Amino acid sequence: MLELRNVSKWFGGLPALQDVSFRIAPGQVTALIGPNGAGKSTLINCISGVDRVQAGSVLLARRPVEALPAFKIAALGVARTFQNLKLFSRLTVLDNVLTGLTVAAERSFAVSMMRLPALRHQERQLRLRALKALDDFGLAKKAHWPASSLSYGEKKRVEMARAFVSDPRLVLLDEPVAGLNTEETAQIARHIRRQRSAGHTMLLVEHDMELVMEVADQVVVLDSGRCIASGKPEAVRSNPLVLEAYLGRMEATA
Amino acid sequence: MSGFQDLLQFVFAGITSGAIYALIALGFCVVHNTIGIVNFAQVDFVSLGGMFLFSGLFWSGLPMVVALPCAVAAVTLVGIVVERLGVRPSRSQNHLVLIFLTIGISIILRGGMKLIWGKNRMAVPPLAGEEPLRIAGAAILPQAVAILVITTLAIGLLVFFFRGTRLGLCMRAVASNQTAAAVVGIPVGRVKAASFALAGGLGGLAGVLVTPITTLSYDVGVLLGLKGFAAAILGGFGSFPGAVLGGLLLGLLESLSAGYWSSAYKDVSAFVVLLLVLFVRPKGLLGK
Amino acid sequence: MLTTRDNLFYFIYLHRTGLTVLALGVVLVAWPVMESNPYNLGLSNLIAIYAIVVLGLNLFIGYAGQISLGHAAFFAIGAYGSAIGTVTLGGPAWPVMMAVALVAALIALAVGLPALKLSGHYLAMATLGFNIVVYTILVQWDAVTGGPSGFAGIPYLTIGSVVFDNEIHFHYLVWTFAMVALLLCLNLVRSGVGRGLAALAEDETAAAALGVDTRRAKVKVFILSAVLASVAGSLFAHCYAFVSPDSFNIFVSVDFVIMVVVGGMGSIWGTLFGTALITLLPEWIEALESFKDIIHGLILVMILLFLPQGLVTGIVDAVRTRIALNRHA
Ligand SMILES: Nc1ncnc2c1ncn2[C@@H]1O[C@H](COP(=O)(O)OP(=O)(O)O)[C@@H](O)[C@H]1O
Ligand SMILES: [Mg+2]
Repeated sequence: MLELRNVSKWFGGLPALQDVSFRIAPGQVTALIGPNGAGKSTLINCISGVDRVQAGSVLLARRPVEALPAFKIAALGVARTFQNLKLFSRLTVLDNVLTGLTVAAERSFAVSMMRLPALRHQERQLRLRALKALDDFGLAKKAHWPASSLSYGEKKRVEMARAFVSDPRLVLLDEPVAGLNTEETAQIARHIRRQRSAGHTMLLVEHDMELVMEVADQVVVLDSGRCIASGKPEAVRSNPLVLEAYLGRMEATA
Repeated sequence: MSGFQDLLQFVFAGITSGAIYALIALGFCVVHNTIGIVNFAQVDFVSLGGMFLFSGLFWSGLPMVVALPCAVAAVTLVGIVVERLGVRPSRSQNHLVLIFLTIGISIILRGGMKLIWGKNRMAVPPLAGEEPLRIAGAAILPQAVAILVITTLAIGLLVFFFRGTRLGLCMRAVASNQTAAAVVGIPVGRVKAASFALAGGLGGLAGVLVTPITTLSYDVGVLLGLKGFAAAILGGFGSFPGAVLGGLLLGLLESLSAGYWSSAYKDVSAFVVLLLVLFVRPKGLLGK
Repeated sequence: MLTTRDNLFYFIYLHRTGLTVLALGVVLVAWPVMESNPYNLGLSNLIAIYAIVVLGLNLFIGYAGQISLGHAAFFAIGAYGSAIGTVTLGGPAWPVMMAVALVAALIALAVGLPALKLSGHYLAMATLGFNIVVYTILVQWDAVTGGPSGFAGIPYLTIGSVVFDNEIHFHYLVWTFAMVALLLCLNLVRSGVGRGLAALAEDETAAAALGVDTRRAKVKVFILSAVLASVAGSLFAHCYAFVSPDSFNIFVSVDFVIMVVVGGMGSIWGTLFGTALITLLPEWIEALESFKDIIHGLILVMILLFLPQGLVTGIVDAVRTRIALNRHA
């Protein structure tokens, strides 16, 4: 599905990613862990085309995509959420989710302006899909609310609904439970488990080790931009390198 | 008159108006660097400079040497008021909103000038005499020399301000990273006010220097100011050396095309070249 | 079980946009019967013409999140293009109008393609510069444009044997165009394209990650807005039979922006309100002629300070949020 080969990225001379390589098989959930500043978000940005890699390649279904702009990568079926919410505050919740179907919607200005029956029909289908996704994430009741009036936890769920609504080939989730309380976290975890059993391929950035151990088929550990370990969750958990670099530091800061 | 004398004449005229554009462009850059917006009220600071000079000379009967700095100081004050009452209260961080806000302020300032000074064109006497100097056969107005000298001095002072004074250093810090500047305790609010003050001073100075050459009216600053904006963009928006370079180039371009092609279309040539330059080098000449 | 009444309400809710357009259409058809004063009709016709420009501009500012301070130039291209095409070149009015709109589209492409690569102030500069260039040409190239004294003798538009030569005829002509433009814009913003644009205006990165080709979308909206402005300009020329450069300077462009802001960035219905208010304002405050600019500026500043989304959008958003919160409190 997705393969990274020696991906590197610098910010003004400082390396953010160095020679990162791993692959994600279809239907798998890969957890990406690592201390703050390890380069996890940068990696997600590079895969989704928001940032450019400077060396190495990103292959999506064996096709190199590292040079494609973000919108083309989205069109290839890669959806994502953002660590710092990027909802459209002026749109309603439903319209926010509908933006997740941009790729499936009519793109011609002329056709959209005419709003002929075929377009109305398509719009109706898209709305049904969006409402279904909102229902899946327990937000159907608030479909017509302005997105700005939701709580933080609800916004996170809207963003997930927006990512999953198009049935993407690959979903990149950047810290979906960061900043949430236990109850909200449990809720999101439930949704991730459900999407996993529905067969979605995901790359999940997460600090919550319990969640990671439970849902991940594979864990990749980043530290200072380097991939220091990868493999089955149990194997990674007992890897001394990881314990030292990641958990050791976590305890030191805790 | 020989071709060389013509050329010299055009070049001198170009540098003179270029100096004015540079001052205005610097005003645009200062505000852009600290607040990140295009301050369209800059164009009215230019007109205001001329207006205050006029009032100082003819309403209060001040001598030129007093009226000129007073006029510049008055526009500086207006700059501070504009920031305080117009820009700072904005709750929006949206650049579109802030830019439109400065357009609104500009309209108010112009309306105010129309009320106070009327719509008629007025004349302001030059700083130095009216008798043209002859340099290598080209006739040069003493006012043009005054413009060059004062502009050079002003730019020198500005460089000193940014490199040698505390407030100037703070402003540079805010320009390079606002959040970091706030974290280390730089009073970002005061820096923003200072940037408007500086922009007012620079615009006002351009106004007092240029209105004796043009005529004075409530909207004289609009076209001049927009060319200053164009100069800033040409040089690379936000870059101070770029603003000076852009101003001089724009002035030269305009005066040469007026001299050798058509004075009616000198504005056209300036803006067309600007658009072409942006086409090839979108960040401007010295832009980062 | 839904009652008939529920069904009726649901029908109204479902077709609210179409029904509002229909209701406005009915009022407009009847308007000349109620208001026969040609001066007032002339004002409402001017509102219609400006509204066509401002609709496009609002898409560009409110939906694509970009700045144009030069839309009067596209308005000018339409007006002078139609004038020159029909009078000087002797072409038929309707095809000339379309040809000129095409030219405006190409010019918008040429100006927009490089400028839209960059954001914000570069575009402000490019469009301003473009407006100044066009205005200077209108004033200076008097052999073709008639110079500062203007271009007269532009023929009225005709359809079959109907000649649009008085305010009542103009009314039906320009408001038909305005309503069609309104409908097209409403359709656009309610579609996937419109949602993509709204996303783009709020957050370019997020929009791109969702599959919006942001650069292309911006250029397309710019072209669309230029075409609308050009068509409005053509109508302007044919209705007044006379055009002069002063209707197309940068201050007119700024007025268009004020209309957008007053109506609310991103509000199609607000556009009508904003255009009407700013067009009528000088009539109401005639006594205060000398305060006109200050009042215009104050309106703009106050709205941006207190309702940055614009008057109509700001109030509607506030009410909607209030209702949503109350309902679920
Ligand atoms: N736009 C940027 N410019 C400069 N440095 C950046 C930028 N984005 C991230 N970085 C740096 O790259 C490193 C990785 O950041 P990030 O990917 O956000 O880490 P994580 O998501 O793992 O916490 C950090 O050192 C951060 O400071
Ligand atoms: Mg991160």
